[in-house]
Amino acid sequence: MNIVVAMKQIPDLQQIRIRNREPVLDAVPLTLGNIDKNALEAAVAFKESHGGKVTVLSAGSEDLEDTIKEALAAGADEAFLVLDDELDGADSEAIAGILGAALNRIEDKDLIIFGEGSGDNYSGQVGPRVAEILGIPLVTYASSIEINDKTAKVVRSLEDCEEIIELTLPAAVSVLAGINEPRIPSVTQILKAGKKPKEILEMDDLGLALAEKQVITLSNLAPESERKQILLKSADELVKALSSQSLIGR
Amino acid sequence: MAGILIYSDKNDYALELLTAARIITASSGLDVRALSINNDSQAEALAGAGAEVCKINNTAIALADASALANAIKQAVEKLDINTILLSSNLRGRELAGRLAQIIGTACLTGVSAVKLNGDKLECQRNALGGATVATQYIATEKKVIAIVPRSFEKAPAGTGKISELEVDVQATPGLKLVETKAKSEDSVDIEAAEVLVAVGQGLNSKDDLPMVEALVKALGGELACSKPVATDKKWLSEERIIGLSGKKCKPELAVLLGISGQVQFNVGIRDAGTIVAVNSDENAYVNKMADYVLVDDLHKVVAELNKILA
Ligand SMILES: Cc1cc2nc3c(=O)[nH]c(=O)nc-3n(C[C@H](O)[C@H](O)[C@H](O)COP(=O)(O)OP(=O)(O)OC[C@H]3O[C@@H](n4cnc5c(N)ncnc54)[C@H](O)[C@@H]3O)c2cc1C
Ligand SMILES: Nc1ncnc2c1ncn2[C@@H]1O[C@H](COP(=O)(O)O)[C@@H](O)[C@H]1O
Repeated sequence: MNIVVAMKQIPDLQQIRIRNREPVLDAVPLTLGNIDKNALEAAVAFKESHGGKVTVLSAGSEDLEDTIKEALAAGADEAFLVLDDELDGADSEAIAGILGAALNRIEDKDLIIFGEGSGDNYSGQVGPRVAEILGIPLVTYASSIEINDKTAKVVRSLEDCEEIIELTLPAAVSVLAGINEPRIPSVTQILKAGKKPKEILEMDDLGLALAEKQVITLSNLAPESERKQILLKSADELVKALSSQSLIGR
Repeated sequence: MAGILIYSDKNDYALELLTAARIITASSGLDVRALSINNDSQAEALAGAGAEVCKINNTAIALADASALANAIKQAVEKLDINTILLSSNLRGRELAGRLAQIIGTACLTGVSAVKLNGDKLECQRNALGGATVATQYIATEKKVIAIVPRSFEKAPAGTGKISELEVDVQATPGLKLVETKAKSEDSVDIEAAEVLVAVGQGLNSKDDLPMVEALVKALGGELACSKPVATDKKWLSEERIIGLSGKKCKPELAVLLGISGQVQFNVGIRDAGTIVAVNSDENAYVNKMADYVLVDDLHKVVAELNKILA
C-alpha cells in the first residue's frame, strides 16, 4: 500500500505579527500546514500497522527542500517536490495542475491524502480539483479512514450529519483537523530526515509553465479592532457596566 | 446576457445567496437564476422568494457525490449562459466549488464573507493567513465560482418567482459508494442566531464546571458556545457550539468569553459581536485586546459571583 500525502509550505502562522494592520512576514520561518500534518499522521499510522510506503508531495519555493524535512522526520519515507519561487501564493488552479501532473509521475499510489484546508489559505479547493484532474473518487472532511485491500471506508463528517462512504482504490481523501494527534519527531528522526530520498522537479520537467494569476489580491489587512478594552475589577462592576448598556436585565 | 447562478444544498443558504446575487446585479441588470437539484421543496422556497428557478431532477445525482453535482451544475452553466456561480461555503459547498471551478477551468474563491461590484470587478472579502487578516480579492477570468459563508447575507424576502425544469446528463462517480448517513448529535443548538453567547475555553477546569456556566447562560438569556478544543479534544460540548474558522461565525449583541486565549482562528468567529467581555486569569491573554470589558481573574470565581448577583 502506497500513500501520497499532499502538504503545503506556509509561513508559521503563530509567528506572524501585525504592524499598521499589515501582516509582517519577514523573518517568519516556513513550516507545513497544521492539518497537512494530520494528513501525514494518518498515512504514517497506517504504514506502521499495515506496511507500505508514504510519499510526501509538495509544490513550493526553493525553501521547500529544507521545510520538507519536518515531514520526513515525522515518518514520510520519501519526498516528491516541485520547486519554483513563484509557487508560494500561486492560484489553487495552478497548484492543483502541478500536483495532478506530479501524481501522474508517481507510479504506485493507492491513496492520496490532503488536508481539509491549507494553513494559510484554508480554501479547500486543491483536493477536489486534483480529484477531478485525475478522475479518481475523493471523500472530503474525513474523521476516520479504514483502509482494506482494495477499498477504503471513510467517515465524512459534515455540519449536521456523518456519511459513511466506501471508496475503490486508487482514491483520495481530505482529512479534518481533529482526525488524529500528529506526532512530534525525535531528534534522531530529525537528523535522519536529511538522508531520506527526495525527487526534485521543476515546472519544465513536468511540461508546465505557470499561468498568470487569476485571483488578484487588492489588499490583505488585519481587521480593525476598536474594542474599548476597559479593565474591570469585579463581577459587580461587570454587571453594572453591562446593565448600563441594557445588555443584561432586559 | 450572461447572468448569475446560485446553488446550495441547504434551503436557507440558497435564500441568502439569492440576496447576494441581487446585490451584485442591482446595478448591472444581469439575470439571476437559482438552481435546485433533486429538491422540490427548495425550488418552491426559492420561487416563493421571487427567484427564477431551474429545477433538476435526476436520480444519478446523489448529494454525497460532489463530482456528479459539479457536472450537473456545469451543464446548467452552459445551458443558461452563466458567468458567475454563487455557492454556499458550508462543507459540501466548499468541495463543490473546487470541483466545479476545475471542470469549468476557472478560478474560485471560497469562504467569502462580503462581495461588492466595483466597475467590472467583483470584489470579495475572505479570511487569509489562518484568519489573521481579511483579504480583498477578485477573480480576473470571465467565469467565476464564489462560495459564500453562511449567514453573511439575509435571506431573500417573499416574492413571486417561477420554476422551470432543466435536463442534464450525469453519471454517478464510479468507485464511490454511500453506505450510510447518520444525523449528528441530538444537540441542534443554533449559536449563530443567539443574541447573547457565553463561550468557554480550555480555561474551564472540568466538565463538572459546565452546570454553573449553564446557569449563567440562563441568567443572561443566551446560548452556550465554546472554543474548538473544548468540543474536539475534550468533548465536553458538541461541535455545533464551536465558534471560529472551522466552527460558526457569530454576531451576538453580547459575547462573554471565559478562559479563552483568543487565537485568530477563534477570533474570526466572534469579532463581529456587539460587545465582548473577556474573563481570563492571564492579564496578557490576547483575548483581552479584542474585548470591550476585561476581567483578569479566575473564571470559576467570576461565574459564581455573576450567578449570585444575577439570581
Ligand atoms: C486550521 C485551524 C482552524 C481552527 N479553528 C478553530 C475554531 O474554529 N475555533 C477555535 O476555537 N479554535 C480553532 N482552532 C484552534 C485555535 O488555534 C486555538 O488552539 C484554540 O482556539 C484555543 O482554544 P482555547 O482558547 O480554549 O484554549 P487555550 O489556548 O489553551 O486557552 C485557554 C485560556 O484560558 C485561560 N485560563 C486558564 N485557566 C483559567 C482560569 N481558571 N480562569 C480564567 N482563565 C483561565 C488561559 O490563560 C488561556 O488564555 C483552529 C486551529 C487551526 C490550525
Ligand atoms: N502547494 C501545495 N503543495 C502540496 N499540497 C498542497 C499545496 N497546496 C495545497 N495542498 C494540499 O491541498 C489541501 C487544501 O489546500 P487549500 O485548497 O489551499 O485549502 C492542503 O491541506 C494540502 O493537502
